[in-house]
Amino acid sequence: MDVKRTAIQTLNLTRNFGPLRAVDNLSLEVETGTVFGFLGPNGAGKTTTIRLLLGLLEPTAGRAEVLGFDTQKQADKIRSKVGVLLEHDGLYERMSAEDNLEFYARIWRMTNAERQTRKRELLMHLGLWERRKEVVKTWSRGMKRKLALARTLLHRPQLLFLDEPTAGLDPVAKVMLHEDLKSIVEREGVTIFLTTHNLAEAEKLCGKIGLISRGKLVAVGSPDELRLKTGRIQVEIVGKGFREEVLALLKVRKEVESVNLRGDHLLVELRDEEDIAPLVSLMVNAGVEVEEVRKASLEETFFKLLEREL
Amino acid sequence: MIADVLTVIWKEFKELLPLREIRTGVIPRLGIPIFVLGVLLPLQFGKEWATSPITLLSWIWLPPFLVTSLVADSFAGERERHTMETLLASRLSDDAILFGKIGATVCYGCGVAFVGMLVGLVTINLAYGGGELLMYSADTALIATVVSILVTLLIASVGVLISLRAPTVRHAQQTLSIGFIILWFAIIYGVQAIPVEFRKHLTEILITVGETNVILCTVIFLILIDIFFTMMAKIRFKRPRLILD
Repeated sequence: MDVKRTAIQTLNLTRNFGPLRAVDNLSLEVETGTVFGFLGPNGAGKTTTIRLLLGLLEPTAGRAEVLGFDTQKQADKIRSKVGVLLEHDGLYERMSAEDNLEFYARIWRMTNAERQTRKRELLMHLGLWERRKEVVKTWSRGMKRKLALARTLLHRPQLLFLDEPTAGLDPVAKVMLHEDLKSIVEREGVTIFLTTHNLAEAEKLCGKIGLISRGKLVAVGSPDELRLKTGRIQVEIVGKGFREEVLALLKVRKEVESVNLRGDHLLVELRDEEDIAPLVSLMVNAGVEVEEVRKASLEETFFKLLEREL
Repeated sequence: MIADVLTVIWKEFKELLPLREIRTGVIPRLGIPIFVLGVLLPLQFGKEWATSPITLLSWIWLPPFLVTSLVADSFAGERERHTMETLLASRLSDDAILFGKIGATVCYGCGVAFVGMLVGLVTINLAYGGGELLMYSADTALIATVVSILVTLLIASVGVLISLRAPTVRHAQQTLSIGFIILWFAIIYGVQAIPVEFRKHLTEILITVGETNVILCTVIFLILIDIFFTMMAKIRFKRPRLILD
């Protein structure tokens, strides 16, 4: 395995819980410096995969390497180099925010000066500095999640495991956490392995996505690549003035597979991953008032891929 | 390893004695036991507090009593509050977490008892000293310190073992309480069940062996039983097992 380029590699990784196969022959690679989204419905095997990758669970079969270390033989080395934000925040609610960070900073054996600097830097960045002395139990869910993220980043890990990072957050807190994650990825240049069942979140944050269902990896690729795997790329155009002659103009274009008008929504199926801009300008020139253009959501892609699997 | 154990102890004390929560944390966990052992009992016993066997018994009895509820929380509490998995996903070794938890419990129980006994000395000297310095005998202090540490370590390792297996803190506390009740009744009825002749014979043997040897044997027995239960807890403490629990 090329350690420099591959942060995570699994080969036929399998984990059974009695008769239940939680992870089924999972083989995947996550490149260094990317945000990899592990997407699947509840109970698909996402958390079990993280536990296997951290060496917290032993696989029934197969193997995995994280940052070049074997998850069964060198789990302690893996855990010393990664940051983990699990589904639960893992915060000590009777302690202050600062003490929560202090505890983990001591675990990571940071010097006193490093600890103070890093705590200040992260809490300032996440807007929690002024409230650092408060006991965590009085905080909102969003603030706790941010603090847990700060704890995850304390020791500047090379790789982050984020298990449902925005679970239970309100929409505003979600958007804010997305922004925080993005800016932190840019600033710190870490690799992220993120599990979620939120498709919009995966599309927003991840360069590459692995779809998992019933422990099996259904598909891997960028959001656009996944859309292509379902067949054609579908584009939805919302507007007014979709006359017959406009539809006829679209139908004869070589990149267009089919055109389907539903009220003021025009669904155009493309033959390949084509640029939609020429088609939009054609419609505008033909007098169509285009209000919105969007590709088929990842949700539709996800369900199509799952249907195919089932 | 030592640094990691100290880190866990630091965290346990931060949780145990939150300085901002005087009424619910510091007073019941520090103030009341120190007041009872350091002020109330010495004032009741007077000058004799320095020499009474009750002092020795109090010194040995208080730490296990204090740590019983605390130790039930050690792992079951982490599990219940969903902090366990994050802790297990850190770089801390199994031993550092386990010995940190046991260490914090023993430090708290024995520390409070030690401070209580020191305060007790101040109390009797202020109240009954009359110019003369009242002190515990060196034997009493040494025996009480060593035995209280070993008994507390025993309760801590048994408690950790139970806490490791318990799904909730309440479950762990119930198991510990029931265990102690059974143990006390077993001792009381066990002693009563021994035939009088055999009891006499046993007493004669103990007198022949001598006080020092009896204490030494007790200490050795406690050390062995401490090692046994600590090793049991060490064997039970496995990350995959804790995750699946």
